[in-house]
Amino acid sequence: MRQLCKGNVAVIKGAVLAGCRAYYGYPITPASEVAEAAALYIPEVGGTFVQAESETAAINMVYGAASAGVRAMSASSGPGLSLMQEGISYLAGSELPCVIVDIMRGGPGLGNIAPEQSDYFAMVKGGGHGNYRNIVVAPASVQEMADLTILAFELADKYRNPAIVLTDGFVGQMMEPLNLEYREILAPPKPWAVQGTAGTRKNMISSIVLEPDELEEHQRRMEAKYIRCQQTETRCEEYCTEDAELILVGFGIVSRVLRSAVDQARKQGIKAGLFRPITLWPFPSTELAACSARAEKILVVELSNGQMVEDVRLALNGTKPIDFYGRVGGNVPTVEELVVKIEEQIPASV
Amino acid sequence: MALQDTIQVVEPAEEPKVATDNYEVVHEKSKLFYPEYERKSDLKHQTHYCPGCGHGVVHKLIAEALEDLGVQDETILVSPVGCSVFAYYYFDVGNVQVAHGRAPAAATGLKRACPDKIVIAYQGDGDLAAIGTAEIVHAANRGEKITVFFVNNAIYGMTGGQMAPTTLVGQRSTTSPWGRRPVNEGFPLHVCELLSSLEAPVYIERVALSDNKNIMKARRAVRKALELQKNGAGFTFVEILSPCPTIWGKDPVEARKWVGEKMIPNFPLNVYRDRKVEIPNNNAPPHKTVEEIVSGERKAAAEGMVPGRQHHFREMGIKIAGFGGQGVLLLGQLLAEMGMREGLEVSWLPSYGPEMRSGSAHCHVCLSKERIGSPLLSRPDVLIAMNEISLRKFAAQVAPGGTILYGRERLPEDVQIEHAQVICIPASEIADKLGSAKVANVVMMGALLEETECLSSATAMKVLEAKVKNPALLELDRKALDAGRVYIDHTVAVGAVTQADGFAQ
Ligand SMILES: Cc1ncc(C[n+]2csc(CCOP(=O)(O)OP(=O)(O)O)c2C)c(N)n1
Ligand code: SF4
Repeated sequence: MRQLCKGNVAVIKGAVLAGCRAYYGYPITPASEVAEAAALYIPEVGGTFVQAESETAAINMVYGAASAGVRAMSASSGPGLSLMQEGISYLAGSELPCVIVDIMRGGPGLGNIAPEQSDYFAMVKGGGHGNYRNIVVAPASVQEMADLTILAFELADKYRNPAIVLTDGFVGQMMEPLNLEYREILAPPKPWAVQGTAGTRKNMISSIVLEPDELEEHQRRMEAKYIRCQQTETRCEEYCTEDAELILVGFGIVSRVLRSAVDQARKQGIKAGLFRPITLWPFPSTELAACSARAEKILVVELSNGQMVEDVRLALNGTKPIDFYGRVGGNVPTVEELVVKIEEQIPASV
Repeated sequence: MALQDTIQVVEPAEEPKVATDNYEVVHEKSKLFYPEYERKSDLKHQTHYCPGCGHGVVHKLIAEALEDLGVQDETILVSPVGCSVFAYYYFDVGNVQVAHGRAPAAATGLKRACPDKIVIAYQGDGDLAAIGTAEIVHAANRGEKITVFFVNNAIYGMTGGQMAPTTLVGQRSTTSPWGRRPVNEGFPLHVCELLSSLEAPVYIERVALSDNKNIMKARRAVRKALELQKNGAGFTFVEILSPCPTIWGKDPVEARKWVGEKMIPNFPLNVYRDRKVEIPNNNAPPHKTVEEIVSGERKAAAEGMVPGRQHHFREMGIKIAGFGGQGVLLLGQLLAEMGMREGLEVSWLPSYGPEMRSGSAHCHVCLSKERIGSPLLSRPDVLIAMNEISLRKFAAQVAPGGTILYGRERLPEDVQIEHAQVICIPASEIADKLGSAKVANVVMMGALLEETECLSSATAMKVLEAKVKNPALLELDRKALDAGRVYIDHTVAVGAVTQADGFAQ
């Protein structure tokens, strides 16, 4: 049974279902409804909501809660995420799981509040200091805002690492049917947590490893789990790619417009298909390479000046011509606009 | 539509509920450090601190208090960035090391997760009074039930002697080479005094490690703070004026003396707060089950489901625009809700932010028999324009052969629309006559349903019944819906193009 729900609210419904019982955040458009829904729902199931004094404080409160083994989260948009980067690096270094939602808006600086995808580098490549990765999932619908938040909690715990739910203002603000059935979702045991008990007294949460050999060993171990994550956790969706001459690549709201553009192009006889990464890190490189093998060209579309396109280039490693089309500033390309771009790549076979 | 339907999961389809290959590493203290610190060992250094450093004394006072209170197992120590970054080496308790200045925030997260445990934040003056000023003030103001030990040595020790917010006027440091000059660096920050202006803290005291007498006072303060926390009191804070012989360039004895002679006159020793604080616990949230939250409005929706209705379109895009306050966004949500109840895929995408603040609003509603691609409509089939600005702005976007429902009696004289059918409905006037201009959006909904037959008015009533709790308002909405329908039915011949005079040809 479905309920009409806003993307930002679906995040919290998913989080509550996933057992998240600690939310620390600071308001910012277009992410504020995440905090508002958390303020309403999380205390109702006995959890903690605190509006922090800043995103810096919020992410460190998440650090504290995660240290105690609680499923904890925060959400913000670009400027707030910039403030959280130090904390995210510490979370990764201390191998603490948590979920952070970035409802992307226009930047740099204060930019504007309209949708962009320009935090890709900061979130997917890791904007904080040091050798670490964020696990990044990219919902494109209200349903996925809930489902991928749940997945993010599971992956975060599995790899003991921050997981980011990365999407844009449109997916956060829009309403769609949400189908969420109650089910029991169990977190794995956390024998490493610090909980003020005799059993956890010896445990330590820390990212400081002063001896070079020890720090190298620590990083090698982290690297090994990242490799395992890359091998097993990629997720993607393909649409009309079987016979596609042109593969379009986009995530989030762009993938939605691209899907309509594929339909439109096909009506005009152009064999276009859509490849949508659902995990941005690990990036579904193998899947993209496989799906592109039959195609002639690739067109990457983003609400940025070209960020994910770098991962597409790495994935295809020069085997196919790759073009890029980006809109920024909060402008989202229309279906017609994208069809024109498609026609430029592959003229209709008349 | 469940995730599994839409995503090609690369992993095997059936994932276990709890991941089995969890990452099992448990971090403990580095084996390179001594497992225990014996007081009379022949090691050159007892600890990593310099001889005569105040940190060692404060550690001892805290450790003794924890032992005496019998709370070693329950204690979580949050250590800072500063010379005491390795505090965890010396405390056989749960340890959490955090970023520079953020100990009160991390302690907040820990204490809220473990409310009956002892959570200690241990911080230096750079950590607490410079980079972490916001965190300490707000943790204190929220009355977090933690204990903060603030080691004030008037200098940055770890980074080699730079100026601290508590560096005395005239005191030299590597970044105040001529001595601290208030004209450039301001005056020393008095944290106890600052925090004692807040409501919530229960205990704030400043002590000093200047001589044995004061160290005994410090011991009592440390113990009292922890005891208060053990008993569930609120925020407790002890500032300890502490020697840093190495950076001050003094031997341990001189350094202690300097604490007494220079620091105490600048930072008066005092109990700044010692009281029971009753914090009101009003408006406590109700208790709900996860199921209730996850599927909150689901039941209501289930009652209003209208299965099996045939729709004459594959996909229909409706753009609604007008002034903020005309119920534009709400009208869109109602239509989306109705579509969902009739078993369609739906999306509702609002304009948000400054645009709304400037007074206009619009939204896009997509109704579809199939999964919806773009929720952003560049070529809507229908435009509902509630005001002239919206008409002028969006009319050209309407798909050829589409419909424009204009919420005024006639088109502006200079507006000519040929690609789409235009129907003028004096919605505000109709709504006014019914008793409230507020239902103009529902009048437009009635017109839309009658003209396009995209959704049924029975569904509209079901949705309104679910949303509008006040019976008088619901009755008004019903009348408005009817009035919109009747206006189309009686006034406008189906398929006609309405001219500027508002009458159909
Ligand atoms: C974000 C950040 N900025 C700067 C530093 C460098 N740093 C480490 S300790 C410290 C000052 C510590 O001074 P204080 O808190 O007074 O502690 P003490 O060493 O005197 O005990 C600084 C600036 C850091 N670790 N992180
Ligand atoms: S530098 Fe100062 S604060 Fe740091 S350990 Fe040495 S004496 Fe203590």
